Amino acid sequence: MEHKNWNGFKKGKWQDEINVRDFIQSNYIPYDGDDSFLAGATERTNELMQKLNGLFLVERQFGGVLDIDTATVSSLTSYKPGYLDKEKELIVGLQTNRPLKRGVNPFGGIRMARQACEAYGYKLSDKIEEEFKFRTTHNDGVFRAYTDEMRAARKCHVITGLPDAYGRGRIIGDYRRVALYGVDKLIEEKKKDKENLDKGNFNADTVKLDEELYQQIAFLGYMKEMAAMYGYDISEPAKDTKEAIQWTYFAYLGAIKEQNGAAMSLGRVSTFFDIYIERDIKNGTLTEEGAQELIDDFVMKLRMARHLRTPEYNELFGGDPMWITEAVGGMGEDGRSLVTKSSFRILNTLYTLGSSPEPNLTVLWSENLPEGFKKYCAKVSVDTDSIQYENDDVMRPIYGDDYAIACCVSAMKVGKQMQFFGARCNLAKLLLIAINGGYDTTSKMHIGPQMEVMDLSKLDYDAVMERFDVYIKWLANLYVNTMNVIHYMHDKYAYEKTQMALHDTSVERFMAFGIAGLSVVADSLSAIKYATVNPVKNEEGFITEFNTQGDFPKFGNDDDRVDLIAKDMAHKMICELRKTPAYRDAIHTLSVLTITSNVMYGKNTGATPDGRENGGAFAPGANPMHNREENGALASLNSVAKISYDDCRDGISNTFSITPDALGREKNERIDNLVTILDGYFKKKAHHINVNVLNRETLIKAYNDPSAYPNLTIRVSGYAVNFHKLSKEQQKEVISRTFHEVM
Amino acid sequence: MLKGCVNSIQSLGTLDGPGVRFVVFMQGCNLRCGCCHNPDTWEIGTGDEYSVDDVFEKCKKYKEYFGQKGGITLSGGEPLLQASFAKELFKMCKEDNINTCLDTSGSILNDDVKLLLKYTDRVLLDIKYKNDELYKKHVGCSINSPLNFLEYLNENNIPTTLRQVIIPSLNDDKENIEFILSLLKKYPCIDKTELLPFKKICKVKYDKMNLNFSFEKYDTPNKKLMEKLQKYLPY
Repeated sequence: MEHKNWNGFKKGKWQDEINVRDFIQSNYIPYDGDDSFLAGATERTNELMQKLNGLFLVERQFGGVLDIDTATVSSLTSYKPGYLDKEKELIVGLQTNRPLKRGVNPFGGIRMARQACEAYGYKLSDKIEEEFKFRTTHNDGVFRAYTDEMRAARKCHVITGLPDAYGRGRIIGDYRRVALYGVDKLIEEKKKDKENLDKGNFNADTVKLDEELYQQIAFLGYMKEMAAMYGYDISEPAKDTKEAIQWTYFAYLGAIKEQNGAAMSLGRVSTFFDIYIERDIKNGTLTEEGAQELIDDFVMKLRMARHLRTPEYNELFGGDPMWITEAVGGMGEDGRSLVTKSSFRILNTLYTLGSSPEPNLTVLWSENLPEGFKKYCAKVSVDTDSIQYENDDVMRPIYGDDYAIACCVSAMKVGKQMQFFGARCNLAKLLLIAINGGYDTTSKMHIGPQMEVMDLSKLDYDAVMERFDVYIKWLANLYVNTMNVIHYMHDKYAYEKTQMALHDTSVERFMAFGIAGLSVVADSLSAIKYATVNPVKNEEGFITEFNTQGDFPKFGNDDDRVDLIAKDMAHKMICELRKTPAYRDAIHTLSVLTITSNVMYGKNTGATPDGRENGGAFAPGANPMHNREENGALASLNSVAKISYDDCRDGISNTFSITPDALGREKNERIDNLVTILDGYFKKKAHHINVNVLNRETLIKAYNDPSAYPNLTIRVSGYAVNFHKLSKEQQKEVISRTFHEVM
Repeated sequence: MLKGCVNSIQSLGTLDGPGVRFVVFMQGCNLRCGCCHNPDTWEIGTGDEYSVDDVFEKCKKYKEYFGQKGGITLSGGEPLLQASFAKELFKMCKEDNINTCLDTSGSILNDDVKLLLKYTDRVLLDIKYKNDELYKKHVGCSINSPLNFLEYLNENNIPTTLRQVIIPSLNDDKENIEFILSLLKKYPCIDKTELLPFKKICKVKYDKMNLNFSFEKYDTPNKKLMEKLQKYLPY
């Protein structure tokens, strides 16, 4: 197939099939220089950003939510077009009719929508309440099928944060398809898939897919209508950079109008855009300044994306995040780097527009990335604390070279794979439940297999492990089945038509499980093995405290005696999960990631044998427990690097804070040293790292006087936040974390 | 197997030698500098006992992080007090292509030290004051010791970073800078100078050990002074 808007592009397979990767590989121009070509912000950009910063300020003053449209159910065409500044904007489209105004999305659950409105002093309109009386939401469906045991596990927080009352998210539409092919071509292909499906035998699976295809096609139509409301016809391929960015954004906008998923990630668009930019610059229709301006405008739109959440939700996922994750860089399978000038341009928005947590800029790091790009990334980290790094050299062999990251650390091939998000289980709590023979002392509930409380004056490692195994087996099976219920119902009542329309019809699915409290469990088991742990019982005969005597190896010091306990624990968990088949033949994966829920998980977990007190926060993700690292930063990194990505294909999150002084005397030294640290860490086959280069004192000042630090951005756990948007409790936990500093 | 007394190990050091470094602080020191920020390394014969292999194996675990410039740094305490241990360790490191760096006051120069320097890629030499009087008063040795050491480094072409902790009123004067400049001129092995600001955060360590931190009375230099002094130095 040919199209006039494709003039100047190299021909390839991509013309005859939906294949964005082939288009990129045939057309992109790798860039191995430095950042000296970059342009700054234009006057127009500055004016627009100033206006937006003003709105952010008001939003902050209003307690975090500027406005809510309580009378309209969010969808692609349910709001009139909205603008930040119609005259000045280059890229248009808002979720509702006004900037930062939030819509309501009750498909996940009406109760959550209602409570979210009330939390900010609004009331969900009677009209919507009435309408949803006669509709089944995802939440209704799940609770119809949950067993008593599933409810109990949820209630005592041994499995928690489950997406059973809101959109599951973690699905990345291949938004680039709309720009490259235009919507009409995508509809045509989906219609063909549907016709082919209709030729076969019908069973539950095919009927389900058949109906899904119907919905996908319908919503591609709505996407066109939505764009038309803004004066654009997106039926045909984009003809230049501005249209390519606008079309891609419309596709993303459609997705976030339809879905309020926890993580609504963007994918991998910058090198795709670069092909259009290079063509326009070559044609003399675009300058560097103009290219940066378009990227700036696009990123400004992403920074305006909002979903309406409840305070309970914010406790899990602090800082009002959307996880608009954009994967930048990485290597191609042919050995060329996928770094283009636009990889620089998108990072440059942290300077042109100021630092910001969104979009969640994620650098796919490879040893072979061009030196100029590595240094630029390190510079951005030193200056802004706004980006994270993930190991392309461990992911590329599995996912190829056109994968992206959903949420924080979840890799998937763009448009070819998706995941069923499954939050996480609390391993530390499970250990306590096991020791107490099926009783949770925090919630005072009996749960799981019922046995005697471990009746030993000194805990014996082998006996505890034997007991723990029984409970891991029990929980793994319950966890998979709970997820199966959730995702069956999500597909049934809140299916992501817009995003799935931007996937191949035959899609590969992951079911992503997670664990919290890994370092607490590793240290606790190490204490039981290498020190003396005497359990202390309460009046009812349950163990609520531990008397730990003597020293023991602690995770984070590059000591195999405990590091391998952590590694084995992750391995054991995924092996047990795999024993229960997952819904829609999904492949089981596991993450060690907590978002900011490590505080809440800790709050709901009793004292542990490692000396952590009752209710004390866990370390985030796979981090060692705060301030137990005695051998410096690299020892800590080495410990985390031992957890195997083969066991944890959904990611292993590590958040690393270092003071500027500990990284080197001068800025150039700091940049160079950060580059070699990242190279070293990833050569150790580690998966992920958030880098913060800052002093604890800065955070303490921001804690005491938030208004003086409105833009302080820090990486917390797979994403970044405006520090002031965290709860005081979350802020305190971040301040208490290990800062690697000069001794 | 040769054993060494180690005070502590830092897996990430970026301030003691080029690039990212694995820093081993040896236990024991023959001097008592007033500005010392590691009083816990003074006592000889204490600390943790490590074999050369132990330290080398530990260091190797960080090789991936060293990049082109980084490597191992032996600091202290005074590593020259355990020169044969240090020599064995550096020899193993060199055989494994790990860059070696020695952070010392240069107050000892015996045969063992000379052997150690054969396996040393760079010396960070602390020249504390400009004359013998100050040396004797605030360090506890003659200035001739480090100067002889420097002479030896120069004869053997060992790249040297000259370091000095700046303490206002003791060594922030013009003559001191002139003295450093004269050393640069005389000893081409020096290819870098680092002036470090005197700090008092080590006071807690002194307090904890019930020791008197006699330099508490001195001011810490401000950033402007440090920049001004560094400007006089060509490299």
